[in-house]
Amino acid sequence: MEYIQAIIDLIAQYEQQNTLNLIYLVILMIFVGVELISHVPSVLHTPLMSGANAIHGVVLIGAIIVMGNASPDDTLSLVFGTLAVFVGTLNVIGGFVVTDRMLEMFKKKPKGEKES
Amino acid sequence: MMPYMEIGYLVGSVSFVVGLKMMGQPDSARKGNLVAAFGMAIAVIAALFFTSKGFHVISNLQYIVAAIVAGTVIGTLMAKRVQMTAMPEMVSLFNGMGGLSAALISIIEWRHLLHTVDNPEAMGQAAALPMGMYIPIMAGLIIGTISFVGSIVAWGKLNGSIGDFRFPSQQIINAVVLVAILGVAYINYGEFNASHSSLYFFVTIGLAVVYGLLFVFPIGGADMPVVISLLNSFTGVAAACGGFLYQNKVMLMGGVLVGSAGTILTVVMCKAMNRSLMNVLIGMAGGNGGGSSTSASGGSVREVQATDVAIMMKYASKVIIVPGYGLAVAQAQHVCHELENLLEAEGVDVKYAIHPVAGRMPGHMNVLLAESNVDYDKLIEMEHINPEFATTDVVLVVGANDVVNPAAKTDPTSPIYGMPILDVDQAKQIIVLKRSMKAGYAGIENELFFHPKCGMLFGDAKASLQKLVNEVKAL
Repeated sequence: MEYIQAIIDLIAQYEQQNTLNLIYLVILMIFVGVELISHVPSVLHTPLMSGANAIHGVVLIGAIIVMGNASPDDTLSLVFGTLAVFVGTLNVIGGFVVTDRMLEMFKKKPKGEKES
Repeated sequence: MMPYMEIGYLVGSVSFVVGLKMMGQPDSARKGNLVAAFGMAIAVIAALFFTSKGFHVISNLQYIVAAIVAGTVIGTLMAKRVQMTAMPEMVSLFNGMGGLSAALISIIEWRHLLHTVDNPEAMGQAAALPMGMYIPIMAGLIIGTISFVGSIVAWGKLNGSIGDFRFPSQQIINAVVLVAILGVAYINYGEFNASHSSLYFFVTIGLAVVYGLLFVFPIGGADMPVVISLLNSFTGVAAACGGFLYQNKVMLMGGVLVGSAGTILTVVMCKAMNRSLMNVLIGMAGGNGGGSSTSASGGSVREVQATDVAIMMKYASKVIIVPGYGLAVAQAQHVCHELENLLEAEGVDVKYAIHPVAGRMPGHMNVLLAESNVDYDKLIEMEHINPEFATTDVVLVVGANDVVNPAAKTDPTSPIYGMPILDVDQAKQIIVLKRSMKAGYAGIENELFFHPKCGMLFGDAKASLQKLVNEVKAL
């Protein structure tokens, strides 16, 4: 009973925070993700992994928000936050550039066909 | 007043979906990547300069911009400089950075939360830790830490700086650690007000680090791409936790999208190798059997000289090259292309047979060979090339092993039984370039090498191919 009450409380809490909408969003996005990847030729698996890797760099937004909330005299938060922004940016930029380099290789295909 | 922040996040979210969709087709893949990158830029600008109330430059902008500039410069340099063969480890490293970022966010938010709860008047109500915030913080922390540590280990393994490491009943220990993480995180929730609550928090971090290590250590270096793909989806989930915490839809959508797409991608990759995800995670391949079943097959291996192979190929009418991991390790793609050009000049029909999991990641060979300007039309996928082997004079296997192992068809006890292979034994002559008789990553012997039609040319793939090029030129 106690646990059920806890779960009900949690859902109520989420509802208050408007988080329930987010849960719908999560479920829909899971389906979108599955749909997007299911019919992809194996040649593209690696670039896709790399591209998805860059997209989860969106955690950078969180790092920026955290920095925005940190008070200027909270040194530890500022240091950690700056580090979080830095590594988040590495994830985003590095991810997109590596993916682009991989896909650049594939782009030669139409050119090669024309030349030969 | 326009809701610029929401619009920015919306553009970001949509572009992630569209970008990922476009990346699923060869023609639009590169544009898709740019679309996603563009969406990311818009979302970052929205976060920096707007709140839900309108234009508002974020506090501590100087530190944020400094970190972004530094990250951009270093990230670009790293990504531009990395060798094509080292791509998987680079992806792993960047993935780890995302995990670290998520973990750091959670640590700061945890301190923030403690601080708020310590001052009940600031909270306005009783000093209870809001579960709705606690769960995403801890989940982001735990998953982010596991992803970070695991990715670094995966990176080290692909580098060759970390070896495989197994010990008995590892799976049970891993499960115990995982349960312990959840348990301690739960205790931490109950004890948050006590003075030692932080201790449980740190124990949670410590256990997550241990789990990250244990999770990746037993998995063979060859299976790393599957693990990286899995850790990739972990980081996605960690980012989604941040989305819950801040009610931020772009983080949530991006994170969940990667979480689910990454999981499916992992499963698809495993399927291409005809193995289950469990089998990969337990680290079966290479660990057991060690060829005890087939090593008795005996027979002798015929070693051949580069000169003979060169003659054989020069006067052949059709040659198929089967590239594998050995080619990637030796960076032999350029020499390989040179050999192909020489043979073509002699009127030989040269093609490449690409097994879906040749190399260490799907598409690895395509990327490598494309880098050395091999014509895309010459890269033939397995289903289309298999009927051609019967009319082929010479098959040149360059550092591939398991993907040409007939045991996959003939030996039901073999760990790779059932995996589709390239039917190289149909060809008139088979030449295998290999460093030694060592088994491939499945840890099993390859009967093909004992086949009467098969000749072995031992040595580093690049050196051997160079020899062949010189010999063909000299003829």
